[in-house]
Amino acid sequence: MQLSKVVEKMQPSGIRAFFDLVLGMKEVISLGVGEPDFVTPWQVREAGIYSLEQGFTSYTSNKGLYKLRLGIHRYLKDKYGLEYCPEEETLITVGVSEGLDLVLRAIINPKDKILIPVPSYVSYGPVTELAGGIPVYIDTSKDGFKITPKLLEKHIDKKTKAIILNYPTNPTGVSYRRKELEQINKVLLKYKILCICDEVYGDLTYDFAHVAFPTLAGAKKNTLYLNGFSKSYAMTGWRVGFACGPKEIIAAMTKIHQYTIMCVSITSQMAAAEALVSARKSVEQMKREYDRRREFMVVELNTLGLSCSRPQGAFYLFPSIKSSGLSSMDFSRSLLEEEKVAVVPGTAFGACGEGYIRISYASSLDNLKEALARIKRFLGKRK
Amino acid sequence: MDEILEILEKDGRASVEDIAKMTRKKPDEIKKAIKQYEKEGAILKYKAVINRDLIKDSESEVRALIEVNIVPQKDLGFDKIAERIYSFPEVSSCYLISGTYDLLVVVEGKNLHTVSNFVAEKLSCLENVRGTATHFLLKKYKEDGVILKHKSENKRIAISY
Repeated sequence: MQLSKVVEKMQPSGIRAFFDLVLGMKEVISLGVGEPDFVTPWQVREAGIYSLEQGFTSYTSNKGLYKLRLGIHRYLKDKYGLEYCPEEETLITVGVSEGLDLVLRAIINPKDKILIPVPSYVSYGPVTELAGGIPVYIDTSKDGFKITPKLLEKHIDKKTKAIILNYPTNPTGVSYRRKELEQINKVLLKYKILCICDEVYGDLTYDFAHVAFPTLAGAKKNTLYLNGFSKSYAMTGWRVGFACGPKEIIAAMTKIHQYTIMCVSITSQMAAAEALVSARKSVEQMKREYDRRREFMVVELNTLGLSCSRPQGAFYLFPSIKSSGLSSMDFSRSLLEEEKVAVVPGTAFGACGEGYIRISYASSLDNLKEALARIKRFLGKRK
Repeated sequence: MDEILEILEKDGRASVEDIAKMTRKKPDEIKKAIKQYEKEGAILKYKAVINRDLIKDSESEVRALIEVNIVPQKDLGFDKIAERIYSFPEVSSCYLISGTYDLLVVVEGKNLHTVSNFVAEKLSCLENVRGTATHFLLKKYKEDGVILKHKSENKRIAISY
């Protein structure tokens, strides 16, 4: 049968095989995981269990439980002074992933272009293509993995519809200060380009306060804000995210959502609502723990000769492995086979990730130390 | 609380070098701070949290929580009598408590017999002790924030974006 041509073209070549290799191997120390090593805080899990006991097993409204939307409204107002109407400007989604898919399908007409600074999270390009758009990748590797106004303007043309801006960034951990964001915002407003900001790592920003994109002057009307519970509340498996933005975009997204997903699991929504009420402190504790590991790992990796700048957020480091003389894929594969340490090759996040690997420090300090010892041995053999 | 204390409270074996790396400070600074904490008595000692259930040859030990009612002494309140009680080596912890009784005393002994002897012969006959109620501990689930159970295995898949 002739499958969809877009889908047939999509397979990311070598990466899948590498992932299968990791999954088939036992006793691997993995620094390749894109999720917290904490389990969901107990009070949140308990709320999920309680909701099942109470018999909450039905659909919810398409937009999501009102109680959860109200919780999100309060969270954004408290944290950023940002106000989104829980009735018309908020939609509960199956993780940020669904939110992203919905917004792209809601705004893209054939051949519309979507700007994607790379290296980036893996789904941005494929989801854009599935929605009929054309991804335009912007290589940021020569600018410290940051998008700059100059770089941005160079890639804009008449068909440019939106940019997907993710910060703190997976896979580099890079984030932006208010001044930098203001400059980006100016360009976007000038060319009337929608900002789709994926701020799922926002609560995990270490050196300065995270700036939500819609809080910038004039940005709110021009921004679709995506966030979720996965990373900050250690709730990846619950699959709860949310989208906030102008009501006509949210209404369009809700249309697609009601036909394809209907609603997010009620158990997960109940748990997420509880997270906003009682788990803020747990988020702070987890963040402090990540922060220490980050400082530790930056020092250690640089000592090993894998030069690595100090990332400002998320739980990733993106060190250069160029000194080893190996490609990202060869480095990762050999490290796995010889020392049983799993990392993700930088090329998984775009061609410009060549020469880098992504290391996740969402792992215990003991694990990190053991992994570092093995990497040291691995590099020693190659000198 | 100072970050150094926060780290040490979780892992008393964390090395000066590692703490320095985690907090972006110089090892000498960390060493000096820890010395100071030890001198002030903010850090009292370093010890391991042991799960005795897993030690096969360990002598079995009995623990009891004892509620103690006290007649406070003039001028001294509860402190003097508390001191007389907590100075016994059998007493592992001693707290002044609000509510229906005054002191909560944790006593450890080889067996039921030694603990009851201690209560009968030492504790209850102290002047100012009006009465006691002894509760033997049956099972420990969690102690000082540590859950006493085998570490559950990691349930994450080994690699993901």
